[in-house]
Amino acid sequence: MPKTHIEFRNVSAFYGSKQVLKNVSFEIPRNTVFGIIGPANSGKTTLLKTINRTLDFIGGARFDGEVLIEGESVAAMKNPNELRRRIGMVFPLPVGLPMTIYENVVYAPRRRGITNKAELDEIVERCLRQAVLWDEVKDRLEMLGTRLSGGQQQRLTLARALSLSPEILCLDEFSIAIDPVTTMRIEDVLKELRKTMTIVLVTNLVQQARRLADNVLFLWRGEIVELSPTPVVFSEKPKDQRTYDYVNGIFG
Amino acid sequence: MNAATNANPFAASEFEQRKNRRAIVMKWVLFGFCAILVIPLVGILLDIFIKAAPVLSFDYLWENPVNKGKQGGLWAPLMGTFYLVIGSLLFVAPIGVFAAVYMNEYARDGWINRIIGITVTSLAGVPSIVHGLFGVGAFVLFMLPAINRVVADPNDRSTKWEAGLLTASLTIAVMNLPVVIASTREALGAVPQAFREACWNLGATRWQTIRTVVLPNSLSGILTGIILVVSRAAGETAPILFTGATFFRFVEDQGWGKIFPYRPAEPFMAMSMHLNIISNQISQMPEKMKFGCAAVLIGLILFINSFAIMLRVWLRGRKRW
Amino acid sequence: MSEKANARRRKFQFLDALELPTEWIIRLCGWSSIIGIAAIFLFIFREAAPMVPKLDWIHFFTSPRWIPNPGTGNDASFGALALLVGTFTTTFIALIISVPIGLGAAVYVSEFAKGKTKETLKIIIELLAAIPSIVWGFIGLMILGPIVKWIFTAQPDTWWSHTMLTLHLASADTGAAQGTNLLTGGIILALMSVPLVVSLSEDALRAVPDSYREAALALGANPWETVRRVLFPAARNGLLAACMLGMGRAIGETMAVLMATGHNNRIPAALTDPVRTMTATIAAEMGEAVVDSDHYRMLFVLGIVLFVMTCGINVAADIIVKGVKGKTK
Repeated sequence: MPKTHIEFRNVSAFYGSKQVLKNVSFEIPRNTVFGIIGPANSGKTTLLKTINRTLDFIGGARFDGEVLIEGESVAAMKNPNELRRRIGMVFPLPVGLPMTIYENVVYAPRRRGITNKAELDEIVERCLRQAVLWDEVKDRLEMLGTRLSGGQQQRLTLARALSLSPEILCLDEFSIAIDPVTTMRIEDVLKELRKTMTIVLVTNLVQQARRLADNVLFLWRGEIVELSPTPVVFSEKPKDQRTYDYVNGIFG
Repeated sequence: MNAATNANPFAASEFEQRKNRRAIVMKWVLFGFCAILVIPLVGILLDIFIKAAPVLSFDYLWENPVNKGKQGGLWAPLMGTFYLVIGSLLFVAPIGVFAAVYMNEYARDGWINRIIGITVTSLAGVPSIVHGLFGVGAFVLFMLPAINRVVADPNDRSTKWEAGLLTASLTIAVMNLPVVIASTREALGAVPQAFREACWNLGATRWQTIRTVVLPNSLSGILTGIILVVSRAAGETAPILFTGATFFRFVEDQGWGKIFPYRPAEPFMAMSMHLNIISNQISQMPEKMKFGCAAVLIGLILFINSFAIMLRVWLRGRKRW
Repeated sequence: MSEKANARRRKFQFLDALELPTEWIIRLCGWSSIIGIAAIFLFIFREAAPMVPKLDWIHFFTSPRWIPNPGTGNDASFGALALLVGTFTTTFIALIISVPIGLGAAVYVSEFAKGKTKETLKIIIELLAAIPSIVWGFIGLMILGPIVKWIFTAQPDTWWSHTMLTLHLASADTGAAQGTNLLTGGIILALMSVPLVVSLSEDALRAVPDSYREAALALGANPWETVRRVLFPAARNGLLAACMLGMGRAIGETMAVLMATGHNNRIPAALTDPVRTMTATIAAEMGEAVVDSDHYRMLFVLGIVLFVMTCGINVAADIIVKGVKGKTK
């Protein structure tokens, strides 16, 4: 299998006339955790939205350049829904869909046509276990997903994202609205999941990137400031002085 | 007057006391406005029901009108109104809901939304008699002849389609389109955007998201709109005056004819039309028959609307997020 | 890939393919109101059209002689002045009653009433709005009419009748037999428009942010001052639109005025004279007019006039509230 899973080539993104990503190019290797750090409004979320083409849902948004997954251009794919099924996404604010926990997890498989109860049961248990939520909810799968706590809903979102066994998992500042204990548990999960999927982790918690990522991309105002392996980024001498300043809190 | 200014620094000054008195007066004046509205109305309704009391009974509802409505009951008009409501709903509910879905889910920020919004508002403001004229021009004088050219046998008058439940339902449907659109839009708008985005990111298409998450959670608002249509369809007169409602026609009193007294393409009796004619055009109509018809119609409308209000409260309690 | 997975893939590829036609149906329904409004105008115009070139518009707007069936040897006259006056005078009376009461009730319910009272009042107003126009017409004819007649009948030689005659509240030959006249019609129209004015005004007042009320309170204003000096100016546009839409409703009302205003086609000389509105004329005469006759087409011309008036009012109210581009504040 080729080493590079996702590749960005000269990608520029626009919301109307406002440019949010400026000619970024980089590669994400397979089965690693790829961290993306940077202050607010750097374009980190937009970057994620170009990968799974949810940018399509925003009126007036578009991007130039190419985003390639395993060499195939994302923009050229005829069925973007299929693309989104191959990619799991976790958002900053926990979202439980207004249905039972069971239905939450099997939402994506159902849309894909899976109706066999045994299969669905297996998916529910597998994903909830992977998201470290199984023990807490296994006796109340019929409960409404929206009645869970914030931390539980975030893990539920993770379980949903894993339900179709995606090859890529994207997380967008997943920990900002949940407690530290849950954050730690999810971080342990990510370390495990790295073996079977490629993880793109957008975070504004620099230390989180340090804990989890293999490579780190520092994005600032839509431009790449530095892309290096984690040890380099957090050392005394990263490639760019601005990286050092940001990582050490000199500017935020 | 200004004595004891050292006593209480927070006491109201003379000026302020005058203002506060005026405020209290205004409060009661405004309450009086509400009372002017409510009390005469309650009085009027009581008057109607009292004058209708001699006539109201089960038989009154179950029997057909006799002798041009001077005797007998209201069964045939009640049935006509019932089928009119169902017919209108059949047309207006799917189109209205889908139109609102289009406006809120597909065309969200587009310029087309403004135009559609203006046409909905305009449609809502068209006078009921103008809707009636539209119904005559479009359905009775344009659609029916076109259908009859294909379907009717010139030698057999019974195959000819006439103005009736079909044309009247279509007219009422067009009239109530804004009601369904407005209430559905409100219901759809109440569903948080986060749900939609979560579904999109799982690979669901726009329509799948709407079908599985947005619409099921908008049901309360949609139902409210539908019940409003029921109430209006039952009460309107002007749109059906010339598009199918009639005053008197023979209606069977038993068997299937009792339950299905009318075919879609023949004139029908309706409660609102009945009240209109017996109040205005039949000489020597007993007072109690007029009041009886009014009472039944008012009772029907109030019942439907109270049901809507209770349904809304009940559904709000069952919110899923 | 397994047999089952392949079958599943084919199935949902088919389902995915259904998405496009469904979207087209939804798109078509989205256009339904545009199609509807255009169709209304088109079909009414279609019936009125042959009359339009023959029509003397000046006569139409200035002559009070509406005589569609003059009998042999005379020309029909289609002067709609009396009808226009009828429509506008009934609407005017409706407005001077319904605007103060409607705004007042809205202010009370929105700012002064609490808890149970508020809920009850809101429900009563909602039920008031639900009463159909034919029932209002019935009330006007059978209940309010006799009351008005009793109050205003100009029996000769009482001080009350002299006062009324001087003030033009009643004329010598007062009212059709039931006391159905301009005043009765106006009152009934007012009662019909009030719920609309109340609910729209309530919406407008509710749209004013609470921070305005809190700021006024902090400055020491009592509730009435807050209303007069802060809320009314802030909600001005919405309140104006509410009144305009109430006016639109009054202009367009048919059955209630048909039954409550008497059947006389004259310009009223006094408040208790009978009048005929445009709407009532159409409803009353349509049944007798021969299809495709001049009279028949003139009724459709009246329909066009009504349509243009009410659409104009509605669009104007919409623009007042939302601005030309439609941005809700």
